[in-house]
This record gives sequence, structure tokens and C-alpha cells, in this order.
Amino acid sequence: MSQSYDRGTVEDFGRWRSFTAGMWAWLFHKFTGWVLIGYLFTHIAVLSTALTGEAAYNDTIVGLESLAIVRLLEVGLLAVAVFHILNGVRLLFIDLGTGLEAQEESFYASLVITGAITIASVPTFVSGVF
Amino acid sequence: MSTQPDQTDDETESTPEPDAEPEPESPGERRRAEKAARAEAAEEEAADAEPDLGDDAITLKVFRYDPEVEGKTEPRFDTFRIPFTKGMTVLDALIEARDTYDSSLTFRHSCRQAVCGSDALFINGRQRLGCQTQIADLDGDVVRVEPLPHQDVVKDLVVDMEHFYDQMEAVEPYFQTDETPDGELEEQFQTPENREEIKMSTRCIWCGACMSSCNIAADENEYLGPAAINKAYRFAMDEREGENMKEHRMELIEQENGVWRCQTQFSCTNVCPKDIPLTEHIQELKREAVKSNLKFW
Ligand code: HEM
Ligand code: SF4
Ligand code: FES
Repeated sequence: MSQSYDRGTVEDFGRWRSFTAGMWAWLFHKFTGWVLIGYLFTHIAVLSTALTGEAAYNDTIVGLESLAIVRLLEVGLLAVAVFHILNGVRLLFIDLGTGLEAQEESFYASLVITGAITIASVPTFVSGVF
Repeated sequence: MSTQPDQTDDETESTPEPDAEPEPESPGERRRAEKAARAEAAEEEAADAEPDLGDDAITLKVFRYDPEVEGKTEPRFDTFRIPFTKGMTVLDALIEARDTYDSSLTFRHSCRQAVCGSDALFINGRQRLGCQTQIADLDGDVVRVEPLPHQDVVKDLVVDMEHFYDQMEAVEPYFQTDETPDGELEEQFQTPENREEIKMSTRCIWCGACMSSCNIAADENEYLGPAAINKAYRFAMDEREGENMKEHRMELIEQENGVWRCQTQFSCTNVCPKDIPLTEHIQELKREAVKSNLKFW
């Protein structure tokens, strides 16, 4: 029997510096997927507690939208959603076996497009609170 | 190195020639004695100084660990300076280090031409074959060599490959068929198209680089891993094995620890020294599995 040596957590996580595009894509996709689930539940919870009447609903929405932090989180949510959708489409193509040679490029493209859309959305999202 | 005396006393370099012998002697004898002493001192000095390894000497940092020798049970890195020669591979440099400096440096190698699959190593943060990696192709002149990640280290650069071999065996990595031709001496042909389809998958040399690179296969996880799935692909796609056999193979491939564990991170495809499109093969098997299970009629 061989002697084993536990090289520690560095084994599994400390090598992120040498992660390749596909690994980052996987990590980001997991992360964004779960953020979206988290948002979905919060979204349902907030809206359903605001359904006691027209005024309550408006107060909740206007109240939330007047907070700068909420506006910033919305920018983040958009970024997360756009990346998840674009990379999700990339994954669907990979599942269909097309464009596997371009998997790195398509990941970078997802990132760049996500960045562009996010930046373009900033004026709309933050207008009026700063 | 071993033939040279251990020189730890720095003063030998700076002190002038040692005193002449006490016995009376002729001036000629004294001169000869002084000359001999000077020559000796010069020689010692030369041995003391860093040997000239040429301008493009490289630095090899090698992971060392030996559970059986006291004082070596703590993993550490040893540094070797190796003269660079044109066409030198990382394996050549390791051999040079072992033969010149430390014969206890342990690593596996055999063919030195990317055929036997025994020297997959973690070189500069990536799984590569030592014998296939040109030092000139690596960035910088520091080469860092570690044993394959996600496998137990037996000693220095040698990892325990048992789990990898078990996974390879688990997919029945040999040709088997119940559809042999009728005539006793009749040959069993494979169409050129079919041969082309499995061509790349036959190139595996069982080096384990792919398995080591895969986050999902990390640890003693039961996931079959890219190499075993590729091996399964090689036979499942071989039309000569026949329908029954293919069904049997698909069962192995579709099981809980089979293709569905793959998360398409492409790490295996990136590191495979034989350029096997592993992810492509795994994805094709996933589609085969879906096709054989989803029937709407
Ligand atoms: C057009 C929209 C979307 C597309 C194209 C898409 C695509 C995908 C794909 C292909 C996967 C599987 C990744 C894999 O192969 O492992 C996935 C995973 C996931 N998606 Fe989406 N998705 C979309 C929208 C959403 C939304 C709106 C949510 C949340 C409410 C969401 C939450 C998740 C979660 C939680 C996962 C699993 C992450 C994990 O592996 O742990 N997705 N998505
Ligand atoms: S598939 Fe490639 S990386 Fe994996 S064991 Fe075979 S040759 Fe090595
Ligand atoms: S020594 Fe055989 S593959 Fe490198």
C-alpha cells in the first residue's frame, strides 16, 4: 500500500490561478444560477407581502426603488442573469456537440457581452437616486 | 558532485598558500612546493565556486516527499540548476538532476517519446508529459515540477495510479463481440468511416493527466473520469461489437458515476497529451444515452 500525503485544501481550491476558461465558466454558471434562485424566492416573498392593497404595493416598490443599494443590486442582478443566459446558451450548444472548438471564445464572448449590457444599463438603473 | 570534497570552510579561499614544510629544503624544492600548493588552492576554489552551467541554465524546482525516510516526510521543494541543451525536455532535465545531484530523486518514465504514459507530471501548473514538454516552450527559465494533483503521492513525483487503473478496468477496456462472421477464417471488417470515428479515442496512453485535471473526478470520487469514458466510447462506437454489446456498454456509461457527472469544464481536453477530444466524446455518449432512453413511440 502506498503512503498518502494530504496536500490540503490547496489541492482542490488553491489552484484557481491555473483554472482554465471552461472551469471559470462552470463556476460562474453555478454561482449565477443559485443567485437567480435566491432572487426568485426573495422576489416572490417581497411582492406577496405587498399585496394587501394598492397603496401598500406602491409604497413597497417606491420605497425599495428609492434606495441606492437596491438600484445597484439590480445592476448586479442584470449582470448575473445576462451571463447565465448567454453561458446557458453556450452550454446548450456544447450539449448538442456543436462549436466545441470555440468553447473558450464563446465563454469570453459571454463575459464581454455581459459587461457591455451591464454598463449600458447603469444610467437607466441608477437614474434619480444619486 | 559526489567526487568533490565537501567544502564548508570559506577561509580556504582567502588564506594565502599554506606554510612551507618545516624541513630544510632547496629553493627549487620550495618553489615547486609553493606552486603545487597554489595549484591545489586554485583547484579547490574552482570546485567551491558555482560550476559554469552556461548562460541559459535553467532552474528546476522539484516537489520532494518521502514518507519512509526520516527528515524527508515533510513535503518540500528542491532546487536544481541544470545546463540547458537544445531540445531538452522536462524529463531530460529531471534525469540530469537525478544523475548529477541526487540519485534519490524519484519519478516514473520509460519510453521518453510520449508512448508509455508513465511521466505525466504537474509542470508549471498544468498536467503534461515530462518527455513531451520542451523546456524552450515554457515561459521563463524556472521549471516547477510537482506530482499529479488529486492523487496520493507515493514518493517525490510518483503518485498512486491504482484508482485510475480501477476506473479504466471498470469499463471493460477490451474488444468483445457476439457478432462474429459466419466462416471460420472470415475476417471481421470495420468500415473506414467507423474507424475514422473512433480513431482519436484509440490513442489513449493511460497517463492519467485528464483524470488529474478534472475537478469532478478529484479525490477518490467514483466518477469514471474522462479516460475511462473515452475508452468506453472507443468500444461502444465500434460497430463490430454489435447491438447487444453496445447496449451493455451504454449501461456502464449511463450509470450514476458515468457520463452525467461530466460538467463540460474542458480541463481534460486541454491537457490530454494525445489531443483526444475527450469532452466531445463524453458529450456524444450523453446524446447516445438520451437517444437510447427517450423513445416516443
Ligand atoms: C434563458 C434563461 C436560462 C438559460 C438559457 C439557462 C441555462 C442553464 C443551463 C444550460 C444550465 C445547466 C448547466 C449544466 O449543464 O450544468 C443551467 C443551470 C442552472 N440554472 Fe439556468 N438558465 C436560464 C435561466 C435560469 C433562471 C431564471 C434561473 C433561476 C431562477 C436559473 C437557475 C439555474 C440553476 C440554479 C442552475 C443549476 C446550477 C448548478 O449547476 O448548480 N436559470 N441553466
Ligand atoms: S485520455 Fe489523454 S490525458 Fe487521459 S489518460 Fe488517455 S492519453 Fe492521458
Ligand atoms: S516517458 Fe513514456 S510517455 Fe513520457
